[in-house]
Amino acid sequence: MSAMNMVQALNSAMAVMLERDAAVVVLGEDVGYFGGVFRVTDGLQKTFGSHRVLDTPIAEGGIVGAAIGMGVNGLRPVAEIQFADYIYPAYDQIVSELARLRYRSASAFTAPVTIRTPCGGGIRGGQTHSQSPEGVFAHVSGIKTVMPSNPYDAKGLLIAAIEDDDPVIFFEPKRLYNGPFDGDPDKPALAWAGHPMAEVPEGYYRVEIGKAAVARAGSAVTMVTYGTMVHVCIAAAEAEGIDAEVIDIRSMMPLDLDTIALSVEKTGRCLIAHEATRFAGFGAELSASIQERCFWSLEAPIARVAGWDTPYPHAFEWQYFPGKQRVRRSLRQLMQIEG
Amino acid sequence: MMQPKLHVPAVPARPGEAPDFSYVQLAPAGSVPRPDPRVPVRHTVELAESLIRVLDAQGEACGPWDPALTADTLLSGLRDMVLTRVFDERMQRTQRQGRITFYVRSYGEEAVSVAAAAALADTDMLFPSYRNQGLFIRRGVSLVELMCQLLSNTRDMCKGRQLPVMYHSAEKRIFSISGNLATQYPQAVGWAMAAAIKGESQIAAAWIGEGSTAAADFHHALTFAKVYKAPVILNVVNNQWAISTFQGYAGGEQRSFAARGPGVGIAGLRVDGNDFLAVYAATRWAAERARSGEGATLIELVTYRAGAHSTSDDPSRYRPREEFAEWPLGDPVERLKQHLICLGVWTEEQHQALLAKLEEQVGAAWKQAMSHGTLTEGEKLDPKLMFADVYKDMPDHLREQCTQMESEK
Repeated sequence: MSAMNMVQALNSAMAVMLERDAAVVVLGEDVGYFGGVFRVTDGLQKTFGSHRVLDTPIAEGGIVGAAIGMGVNGLRPVAEIQFADYIYPAYDQIVSELARLRYRSASAFTAPVTIRTPCGGGIRGGQTHSQSPEGVFAHVSGIKTVMPSNPYDAKGLLIAAIEDDDPVIFFEPKRLYNGPFDGDPDKPALAWAGHPMAEVPEGYYRVEIGKAAVARAGSAVTMVTYGTMVHVCIAAAEAEGIDAEVIDIRSMMPLDLDTIALSVEKTGRCLIAHEATRFAGFGAELSASIQERCFWSLEAPIARVAGWDTPYPHAFEWQYFPGKQRVRRSLRQLMQIEG
Repeated sequence: MMQPKLHVPAVPARPGEAPDFSYVQLAPAGSVPRPDPRVPVRHTVELAESLIRVLDAQGEACGPWDPALTADTLLSGLRDMVLTRVFDERMQRTQRQGRITFYVRSYGEEAVSVAAAAALADTDMLFPSYRNQGLFIRRGVSLVELMCQLLSNTRDMCKGRQLPVMYHSAEKRIFSISGNLATQYPQAVGWAMAAAIKGESQIAAAWIGEGSTAAADFHHALTFAKVYKAPVILNVVNNQWAISTFQGYAGGEQRSFAARGPGVGIAGLRVDGNDFLAVYAATRWAAERARSGEGATLIELVTYRAGAHSTSDDPSRYRPREEFAEWPLGDPVERLKQHLICLGVWTEEQHQALLAKLEEQVGAAWKQAMSHGTLTEGEKLDPKLMFADVYKDMPDHLREQCTQMESEK
């Protein structure tokens, strides 16, 4: 075990897999010699060579298309899209090809591609470095979508994603790379060191894709969330003195509805939080599924907290971000409803 | 037995190694012929592989591409390049001081923007990348206006919605800069197609980096430009580096970027991008070709990104620090200055005086811009602006979210 931040944990996951499996290759813009703009692939090319860790041309559609071809020809590619905001040129390759190859060929052809991409805001990145498009991809049948909230899960889930025979889009909340973030931009930035989920085994381990985690146990209300918002929700509940159970879903597809339902049936109340825009966001799927499953246990309508339905604005980042205040207020309102 | 082996493009020098620009294909100034701008595309194949240069090592203009500009035109070009550089240096400093969140300099590439804008008509439409601030400066967008965008302050043209440097100017006919790469390339072609559809004489010009030529949008643009003979100039600024990615990774080995033009079926010119006169002359040639109905030209401007990619980048991690000093095409500002000195219309003393004057001008503009607030100090933009312009008319759910946001204060 050693203390790792999320960047180091993700790097370790790829190093472990490059070592264990000669079929694993890493490719993307600036990932090789430079080690990635967020340093996530730092040192991998030096250790594993330029045929295993490839710098690519700046063409996301090309990166994903080539990764599919490599996957079909026996490799296990881990492709990096430098920012989730830049994934859209690859949309056709992901949606029409990667997601459907197995289905259309009746499993005659498959491509075990993992696409890693930093997402989310909180770094003053404006609309081209802050988006959370997980809902767009969760909507597409044939791909799995994962988003970790801490270093331990990041490494275990990335290893599981690389080993998965189905394609996985692996979203990395960039605001969490160097430390947990509770949504308050005025507080000094925290490091991961000392956080229990920053104790990460150096070797191989997996965190199963499709299993939610109880990030905070509680009995008064269930907060269903993922990524950066896991930390914001815990901080908001504690600030309100509400004994909330915070569920980190960790993957949107597959979705661990059992863990969520078990909690909602216990607490009778549910708040859903994500950083992405609200309208037709992944929270809508969560809300519908929870309502279908837990309707008779609910004491109040399900609440949703999300980013506003606008592009991510540079100057108004903290008025946009669904921070502690927005979550606290929604939580208070939810708790005031008579069951 | 021979078998295929994955080719990994060679990078000439990494940190700690001596700079090596032996891969850059050069040609002596004045050595490349200048055909009539209406020539068939196949007559540009050699122009796309050679290197159009006007200024020689002594600063003399020579050869058929010399645009024979007046001293006044040259002096205004020098002024705008120096102003661009002074502006960049000052804004980089303010980013370091935490006044702005992000900045991108065009250090070493000033001629690419300033000479092109000087050669085009003011009514032509420009589609810049994020390293073309020289276009805005040349077209006379005020420094204060640019600075207010950088500060996301109360006078910000983007109303706080965009990262610094993503300017626009509808008045000066410069399109809104996207943070995404190459997207403006097919858009410029479409703009030019519309001009042709409407029977208007304006043309469009677009700029991207050589790294972005890998993007599908580059190829879409070339194909549409070819199919419709769109009156557009497609500039590839080959500054050798796309963050840490060397131009070889964009396919720069063996064939020039300009050669993609004739490869697709549009004219191609490979030009010394640090030679104000060559950039001016090539732009003029392509503009004349476009206006006469002969269609698009792909111009590769060979230059060097002398600074970091942006304030978020540290190039000493991936390339030798000394590269710019060894760059065979020199510094565009120094070269035009030398030319003016050769012509006897400029002196080192006048240059220093100009520099001091422009520094003062930039300093005064900065003070004025700061008086309209910054992201963190003084008067601030109303956060309600976040909800405007998503649609022409604000839908009800955004109205409700706006009210909710206001009550969070």
